Amino acid sequence: MNTPAQQESQTQSEYKMSSKNLDFYYGDFKALQDVTMYFKSQEVTALIGPSGCGKSTFLRCLNRMNDLIPISRVDGEITLDGDDIYAPDVDVVMLRRKVGMVFQKPNPFPKSIFDNVAYGLWVNGIKDKTFVQERVEESLKQAAIWDEVKDRLPDTALGLSGGQQQRLCIARALAVKPEVVLMDEPASALDPIATQKIEELIHQLKETYTIIIVTHNMQQAARVSDVTAFFYIGKLIEVGDTDTIFTRPKKKQTEDYITGRFG
Amino acid sequence: MKHFQRELDKIKKMILSLGALVEQRVNRINQAIEDRDVALAKEIMHLDHEIDDMEVEIEEECLKIIALHQPVAADLRFLVAVIKINNDLERIGDQVVNIAQRVVRIAKRPVAPFNFDYSEMAAKAESMLRMSLDSLVNQDLDAAIKVLHLDDEVDKFKDEAYDRIKQAMADGVTEDVGYMINLLLISRHIERLADHATNIAEEVAYMIEGEIVRHGRLE
Repeated sequence: MNTPAQQESQTQSEYKMSSKNLDFYYGDFKALQDVTMYFKSQEVTALIGPSGCGKSTFLRCLNRMNDLIPISRVDGEITLDGDDIYAPDVDVVMLRRKVGMVFQKPNPFPKSIFDNVAYGLWVNGIKDKTFVQERVEESLKQAAIWDEVKDRLPDTALGLSGGQQQRLCIARALAVKPEVVLMDEPASALDPIATQKIEELIHQLKETYTIIIVTHNMQQAARVSDVTAFFYIGKLIEVGDTDTIFTRPKKKQTEDYITGRFG
Repeated sequence: MKHFQRELDKIKKMILSLGALVEQRVNRINQAIEDRDVALAKEIMHLDHEIDDMEVEIEEECLKIIALHQPVAADLRFLVAVIKINNDLERIGDQVVNIAQRVVRIAKRPVAPFNFDYSEMAAKAESMLRMSLDSLVNQDLDAAIKVLHLDDEVDKFKDEAYDRIKQAMADGVTEDVGYMINLLLISRHIERLADHATNIAEEVAYMIEGEIVRHGRLE
């Protein structure tokens, strides 16, 4: 695993996203301190750490969801394909199309299954019926839920089970063809079988997308991710290949956390 | 967490207890070789099942912890190392039994037609085992590495035994070829015993460092 210094000397195109010396404030409270890390294309990165360590805050920085919080402030740089996403001329709506997000609690719109997935296309001005239908089907297939819903697309999404709703939300995010998918504890509200389906889905999606996932479940981080980053009290303590982190982490704090000695 | 830690401590006690038992058996068989003590050799053979029983118990405990707790990092390395050390200790017990069988055979002759003094070789192997177990108790990487180097000395003794006994047979010191063969085989068993002690030291090194240092990969 390269050090940040080594990584920086490589070409920017190797990394889909990066964060450099990122500080984040909620008002006076410094929630993130000097976070520097790099995300490769078509890799899954898991962010782990105890409650309140800043991992979800960091995730939300990656598509500027934190902008919705009035007292928030960012120092430092986050890039997507080498471009600073906080530059003044950035179209935030376009950013959030490219960097999609799936949340902890499934939040389908109170609409039909079909409309949930098509919505993102419609608000982007795409009206061609055939195109929309094809894209909806493709997204539902990518989210591994097509077979379960193909015969009831007009039914309300709220009638689906929790696991199905979450996969629908993933399909909804995929419909606008993002490049990066952010997932904030996507399976924590789901039962073990639904969780397994989501994890399987992540394995398939990483062939096409770059995925960054926040999870409380360490075994899940170990199962799905290529790279694992450990956060503690707003700092990035250690980042490395997942198998190395879980067999011989470099920092004692990391070791203590993953072996359950604290947190 | 406390429950998990108790389980790990229990395994540590069990493996150290097995280590102490095997060390004691090695010490006593070395005594039996020197004294040509058939009674002692037979007693050691009869008690071998104690080692086998403990080995099974330790392995089952390790599997249980792995299944129930999904340990990672140092905890995982510890359990993997214990499973392997457990196996090496049981094999040492087997070599002790093999040596006991040789002693019974050669002690059939009240007067030895030819003698090879195994005391130094046996003492070296015994001290390798003791050092590897100490390195486990103390998590001492240096001590573990020292053991790896001692293996060469034991191999030298093995070669010496071969040369001297072969020569003696050529010189026709006795018609009792079975005696000479069994005398020679003791060197093989001691050498295998030392190899297993070396394995234990390698496993301790892995436990401490997280690097696999088997098969002479250590500089």
